[in-house]
Amino acid sequence: MAQTASQIAGSGSAPEPAPDSAPRILSLTGVCKSFGALKVTDEVSFELPQGQALGIIGPNGAGKSTLFNLITGNIAADAGRIEFLDTDVTRTPPMSRCLMGIGRSFQIPQPFDKLTVFENLLVAATHGRKLSEREVGSDCAAILDRTGLMRVANSPAGSLSLLQRKRLELARALATDPKLLLLDEIAGGLTDAECVELVDTIRAIHRGGTTIVWIEHVLHALTSVVERILVLDFGRVVAVGPPDEVMASKEVREIYLGIEV
Amino acid sequence: MIGADTIIQGVLLGGLYALFAAGLSLVFGIMRLVNLAHGDLIVLAAYLLLVVTTALGLGPFVALLVAAPAMFVIGWTLQRVVLNRVLGPDILPPLLVTFGLSVVLQNALLEGFTNDSRRLRAGPLETASVDLGVAMVGVMPLMTFASAVAVILALQWLFYRTELGRAFRATSDDPVTASLMGVKPASIFATATGIAMLVVTIAALFLGTRANFDPTIGPARLIYAFQAVIIGGLGSLWGTLAGGVIIGVAQTVGAAINPEWQILAGHIAFLAVLLIRPRGLFPRAVD
Repeated sequence: MAQTASQIAGSGSAPEPAPDSAPRILSLTGVCKSFGALKVTDEVSFELPQGQALGIIGPNGAGKSTLFNLITGNIAADAGRIEFLDTDVTRTPPMSRCLMGIGRSFQIPQPFDKLTVFENLLVAATHGRKLSEREVGSDCAAILDRTGLMRVANSPAGSLSLLQRKRLELARALATDPKLLLLDEIAGGLTDAECVELVDTIRAIHRGGTTIVWIEHVLHALTSVVERILVLDFGRVVAVGPPDEVMASKEVREIYLGIEV
Repeated sequence: MIGADTIIQGVLLGGLYALFAAGLSLVFGIMRLVNLAHGDLIVLAAYLLLVVTTALGLGPFVALLVAAPAMFVIGWTLQRVVLNRVLGPDILPPLLVTFGLSVVLQNALLEGFTNDSRRLRAGPLETASVDLGVAMVGVMPLMTFASAVAVILALQWLFYRTELGRAFRATSDDPVTASLMGVKPASIFATATGIAMLVVTIAALFLGTRANFDPTIGPARLIYAFQAVIIGGLGSLWGTLAGGVIIGVAQTVGAAINPEWQILAGHIAFLAVLLIRPRGLFPRAVD
């Protein structure tokens, strides 16, 4: 049985369990956001221990991307408290949160089309970490290598295929040297083979110690990496727990998969 | 009547127009801001050079070293305090604000310097010339053209070879995403306008040493700059130089036929290019 929203302490089990005693990197307490009369985030609370990968699932319009926008600061919360590394960041502007170590990839890749792939990383790395290009050059090259973009390093980002754009999205988020990496439907729209490739890359990044929150519709991609899954519906946390338990829960199957059980 | 001499004069004059246009093109390229006060800012820089030369007794080229940083600060502040506030999806507010700025600048200069024609004195350089074989060419026009080429080379280097240039291009591409990466569009834009004002000061130097100026000539310089940018194709700096050269040559050829036709010929050349190549000669093919 999956834990309910009130039992929010993590119990990691899958691939590389992060101990519960690990310091929490992110904590949301009673976070609310409405657009007009529509409550898109309703009293969302959860904690994320350092080093864990958390998957977020939910039907379209459940408020998943809004939750990311609240964490990155692109949208201000109406109520509640967001803490990152034990600092209250509820009112911190997005850029400062980026500098603190929150990196993000977008659902629809938004690379700088006119810049080369390498330049995209340079911009993210120099500004996201307040370092000079000389200092970040070798890091950027290493990230290109990890994300399989070395071959297209000097091509304009606008000329990339979808998989490559997704990889660049990931690489660019990594270039800011995030302590917390937010992935927004990065596997969406990819073929199965491409998806497997990308998941391998993400798993390697997670093994490297990066804490990840990952919104994804492609469930098998998600469950093969994350230790916990959080289910959102109508802006509320419906369940949170290890993937197999959450996916076995009757409530989740009804809400998320629309399956009559 | 229309010999190599006329053409060469026109090409060199094109260098001046390219200098007018380079700053305009830079600002438009990075923040999609059409600065209607660009011509008046050139005139402002010319007066600033005049003040520095007369007050400190410096030559105009040395005065550039004082005036250019001052213009950078003016541009930076203008962008930071005024123009950043009006940038947005709607292009009308920046047009209105820069149009207003143009009126304010003209009247302020009129108040401060009267409408007497002024000139920057460059000493013996003004009349110096070299024999290129086919024609005798003034040293100042040659320097103007060489400066235009140097400015464009420097801007190209800045854009494609430096960290600041990458930040310029990233912000121009997508300011929202750039800000998520930690780029600050507001200060990037301010720096860009500051750099445009450095170019404006160089343009003002050659404007003021070549001919007389008064507070009202700004808008006409803006039009030449626009024409050069549009003939060249928006966003292409070398295209801007080509555009300047086309207008310059058209003007000198027009003037050689009939002195009254100088300005008209430039406008006709502009219209002719627009008819044949509506997107300009060198539209940015890649992006």
